[in-house]
Amino acid sequence: MPRPAPSSLLSNGFPEVERWFGLLDRRVRTEYAASTQARAFGRKRQSWLHVGSGAMQTDAKIRKESGTESDPRGPGCSLRHFACEQNLLSRPDGSASFLQGDTSVLAGVYGPAEVKVSKEIFNKATLEVILRPKIGLPGVAEKSRERLIRNTCEAVVLGALHPRTSITVVLQIISDAGSLLACCLNAACMALVDAGVPMRALFCGVTCALYSDGTLVLDPTAKQEKEAQAVLTFALESVERKLLMSTTKGLYSDAELQQCLAAAQAASQHVFCFYRESLQRRYSKS
Amino acid sequence: MKETPLSNCERRFLLRAIEEKKRLDGRQTYDYRNIKISFGTDYGCCIVELGKTRVLGQVSCELVSPKLNRATEGILFFNLELSQMAAPAFEPGRQSDLLVKLNRLLERCLRNSKCIDTESLCVVAGEKVWQIRVDLHLLNHDGNIIDAASIAAIVALCHFRRPDVSVQGDEVTLYTPEERDAVPLSVHHMPICVSFAFFQQGTYLLVDPNEREERVMDGLLVIAMNKHREICTIQSSGGIMLLKDQVLRCSKIAGVKVAEITELIQKALENDQKVRKEGGKFGFAESIANQRITAFKMEKAPVDTSDVEEKVEEIIAEAEPPSEVVSQPVLWTPGTAQIGQGVENSWGDLEDSEKEDEDEGGSDEAVILDSIKMDTGVEGSNVGSQDAPIILSDSEEEEMIILEPDKNPKKIRTQTISAKQETAPSKKPVKKRRKKRAAN
Repeated sequence: MPRPAPSSLLSNGFPEVERWFGLLDRRVRTEYAASTQARAFGRKRQSWLHVGSGAMQTDAKIRKESGTESDPRGPGCSLRHFACEQNLLSRPDGSASFLQGDTSVLAGVYGPAEVKVSKEIFNKATLEVILRPKIGLPGVAEKSRERLIRNTCEAVVLGALHPRTSITVVLQIISDAGSLLACCLNAACMALVDAGVPMRALFCGVTCALYSDGTLVLDPTAKQEKEAQAVLTFALESVERKLLMSTTKGLYSDAELQQCLAAAQAASQHVFCFYRESLQRRYSKS
Repeated sequence: MKETPLSNCERRFLLRAIEEKKRLDGRQTYDYRNIKISFGTDYGCCIVELGKTRVLGQVSCELVSPKLNRATEGILFFNLELSQMAAPAFEPGRQSDLLVKLNRLLERCLRNSKCIDTESLCVVAGEKVWQIRVDLHLLNHDGNIIDAASIAAIVALCHFRRPDVSVQGDEVTLYTPEERDAVPLSVHHMPICVSFAFFQQGTYLLVDPNEREERVMDGLLVIAMNKHREICTIQSSGGIMLLKDQVLRCSKIAGVKVAEITELIQKALENDQKVRKEGGKFGFAESIANQRITAFKMEKAPVDTSDVEEKVEEIIAEAEPPSEVVSQPVLWTPGTAQIGQGVENSWGDLEDSEKEDEDEGGSDEAVILDSIKMDTGVEGSNVGSQDAPIILSDSEEEEMIILEPDKNPKKIRTQTISAKQETAPSKKPVKKRRKKRAAN
């Protein structure tokens, strides 16, 4: 027999459940902050994003300015030299080798291609990421990186356009000299671009190292990573500079995390600029 | 992904071309494709390109205890991997017949020919020897994997430097490259595999078959030879019968090819050595051709991070303030505690609802048991409260249930809830459930 509900509850209704950012809710807070930040960035970079041909000039100007200015934070806040070669393998549909300093990763992409029935997803493409270490067989570390890269790719690849197919990204570590995950992400992105896989945005990886004295190093070498108190890797997308993935190791405070994220967003601009210039060179007529 | 089969007309076309002494890539019968060797920044790392076939070689070392029957010999280990990057048909983590065959051939070519002095890899006889591991990764498969792999393996072995070790009495000291220069392996000779593909039951022969040619060939003869024209391994596969003359002719061709390749390898090694000595730039970044339109380089780019701190302050000021840090656990009900302000712990309430069911069932025993439990529980929490934990629990109402099991406990409960409503607004979602239960 149904009992009458207490009037006190009904009359009062249910107040909106507010989400308080608690200690255990750090991730949510990060995302929230990241989105606010991305908004702020979006406003500033609007000219860069939406003005077709003028964009390159703006970029060049930004680079020139930062190039001539002596960095107040010393040599730490710079990216190592980048190099990228696309379409260097004949068998995969798309391939790219990406070098950041001495770190080098080779990526090959197959897809959209035939998929095993067991892995088939009826409304979107199955994305697979395989990361192969240089020495020995893939272990837990590789599996965890594979997962991070796959999740990042899944966020940007428009898999719904190719249902019941497979997109396979194979990454081979050529040499590891720090910021490996970031380099893997960059190589994967360039290979996906080369394969012509539709994506809603490009993505890039940026690694930050935090020292105990609060200094911040972008794109650290293996030695710097070892000395650092915390190493943070972010994946950022190109349209609004939003955070796609973050993985961290070590101890850091709230403010430091935001600082790293802001620095990574600043660095991502250079990486996307590099992508753009390399693609422009490739598809230019001259 | 399955391999696309070769169509009959393609097969016929290829065979007709071979009959007319023509190859699709414009080579002559005995021509090798271009070989390019590039080295990585660290020792023992190289990429060998044989046409479009690409193999990455990496040598690493480790101190291990030797095999029981070879107490004074180091261990050589070869591992060729066919990654899916090389061809879509290669499945990860599966030992295909081809892989086993290639690995075995590589071992025979390099280990059994004793090209590396394994005795010099001994540190302490019977206790510690060096294990040299050669990892080879096929990056792109365009035929003739074994030749490319054997070149990559021997180049990587020649390029590799192992840390220096000294033994004084019982003490073994391992030096870092900074303390003492690393020492190269002692390589006696360089065996190199040369493949010959046979067509039409051995009528036609091609050196260095590419992937298409490999698919239509009838048999394969691999000869491993060093520049002194000593045959290290010879293997014929595919089940064709060759004449003595054919094998002899092949070995002659192999001798010429091996001499050319050995010279190329030595030149590449010398070149790399020179660049390293002079402190020039080396590594894979330098081997990327700059004039290609598919390649692009960017010099060191400084990133302006001066405004990062201000931005962070702005964001933190904008963001909602974090809730107060509760340094001590909050006890909602006895036996459960909450740390911080996550989602509210509903364990205690679950217990309540179970109890309600029991109450409704009118099982006296259960009530008694519960009451006992509750009593002890409350006691426990009281004891605890003398220390510090803050109690926000409904323990009072529970006490009520215990004391008056005959009365309808629901009534009391809803009353207490309504009384508490103002004090704990965040408990709403839980109450919703209770309400439903009440409606039943």
